[in-house]
Amino acid sequence: MSVKELLKLHGSPPREVYFDLENSGYVPREVIDAMLPYFNSTGYGHPSITHKPGWEAYEVIYETKELLKEVLGARSHEELVFTHSGTEANNLAILGLALANRARKGKIVVSAIEHLSVIHPAELAESLLGFKVVRVPVDGEGFIYPEVLQEFVDRDTILVSVQFVNHEIGTVQNIEELSKLVKDINPDTVFHTDAADAFGKFRIDLGRLSNVDLLTLSSHKIHGPRGVGALYVREGVKLEPVLRGQLSTEKLWPGVENVPLIAGFRKAVELAFNDFDGSVARMRSLRDRLMEGILSRVPDVLVNGPRDLSRRAPDNANLSFLYVEGEALTVELSLRGVYVASGSACTSRILEPSHVLLAIGRKHEEAHGSILFKTSRYHREEDIDYAVGAVAEAVERLRAISPLRRSS
Amino acid sequence: MSTRIPLPYNAKVLELFRNPKNVGSMDDADVIEVAGSPACGDMIRLYLKISRRSGEEVIERATFESYGCAANIAAASILTELIVGKSLREAWTITWKNIADELGGLPPIKYHCSILAVGALKRAIRSYYTKIGVEPEWLPKELTVEERQTLEEEKMIEKLYGGYSIKITLPRGGSSEGTRP
Repeated sequence: MSVKELLKLHGSPPREVYFDLENSGYVPREVIDAMLPYFNSTGYGHPSITHKPGWEAYEVIYETKELLKEVLGARSHEELVFTHSGTEANNLAILGLALANRARKGKIVVSAIEHLSVIHPAELAESLLGFKVVRVPVDGEGFIYPEVLQEFVDRDTILVSVQFVNHEIGTVQNIEELSKLVKDINPDTVFHTDAADAFGKFRIDLGRLSNVDLLTLSSHKIHGPRGVGALYVREGVKLEPVLRGQLSTEKLWPGVENVPLIAGFRKAVELAFNDFDGSVARMRSLRDRLMEGILSRVPDVLVNGPRDLSRRAPDNANLSFLYVEGEALTVELSLRGVYVASGSACTSRILEPSHVLLAIGRKHEEAHGSILFKTSRYHREEDIDYAVGAVAEAVERLRAISPLRRSS
Repeated sequence: MSTRIPLPYNAKVLELFRNPKNVGSMDDADVIEVAGSPACGDMIRLYLKISRRSGEEVIERATFESYGCAANIAAASILTELIVGKSLREAWTITWKNIADELGGLPPIKYHCSILAVGALKRAIRSYYTKIGVEPEWLPKELTVEERQTLEEEKMIEKLYGGYSIKITLPRGGSSEGTRP
């Protein structure tokens, strides 16, 4: 059955609200308009070739890096590397450093709740290059404690990777404190933070975060196009390219830069930082409205991640609806026009739900009923109120079918 | 999140998910059986009302409750529709493949949903005969493929649960597993 036929059955709900901004987002008109000229009217050339369309292309790369340098407080645009995704930037950080250190080997320390684009390359560095990988446990809300982290860092540690903001449960780590702690123990240890979910939601100042060496960004997390990411590489940190081929303007990533997408990323950054405080306040108030609305209408819901909302990303709501299974809930909500993702294992035969939810101590059945919502400045209050009603009805319907219920 | 596979559910599955038949518990059920578990993320509870007609045990009514994905709900629903009016002997011959076919096909990743539904049915038939103390000669001693795989799925989750190496207690009461430093 084709998706087209499926959608015929799906019907048209009275309103559509997209909350799955973790996995992919919609791209606003301004961003699309900023990209289009670079496909065929300007800057469509190869940025490292000496002709006009090439120079125009190079200018986009240069200016976007200058913009990123400014908003991040980096020292030079040369500290930024474009990749084709946040996943690739994380791979470059982990495997690029491992490759550069493969003669001495050593230890790679990652938190237990890192994005899989950090965990899997670290595991590859272990199996392929002989590094030792350790995972730092987190508490029930996803926080890493300095006194726990320090037990894992030693003279052999080449890299510590701790996410700025967790992509699933929105836990905000104290990166300044953790990175300083790592450098106090071993000044040679490289500190990486995956800031894909922090960018555009928190002010990141690399001048103040002087112990952060590598930092990951992703365009689609801020309503930019998919297919662009960036890695900040502090001057003096040695990485090796992970992919091999013809280098262009990037010394760490071969292949032709995707200039139209970079132009779109630039526009998305401008939009995010145009009214930064207003945007963040807006996603926060919408998120609060969503969470309060659901928690007041639906019984037996667990909040995954920090209960203290000041220590939680302003856009993130991750809730486990007990006695129902998350995949069924995503389908049911889709029929009602509310688009979300679940940490359930039901799309995978190995029955392993989200590693993040398991690491914070959620039982399998609690993880199976989890739903992740992310709000943005493009949502309206009516969207939120509609979603609250849809969630309440969807959960009620599936609970009526379920053999599980409150034991009391 | 874990591995994702697109799930192009077909019309029948989606329709039965939206409007499942024979949902709910049954007060006067003769046999109630469960397959799967909350930890697996898939669980079906099957209720059967059975009567004896001309020397045969016939399923008068069948209802179900389901905790699971859309395919799980659809599979349980179609199973109950298929077995009503059938003798236990006839119902026993239903396979997971029959259920998948009746649903107009399932994505391979969802085969276990129809396995679980049939697993629950076969367990129910066995426990009915155990309850009334009868051993029909057509009822095999060894487990069918659906019963075996249901059992496997239930056991696998126990293994996953028991698999963590060390527990670390953290200052603020939380705890989590980790690898030894």
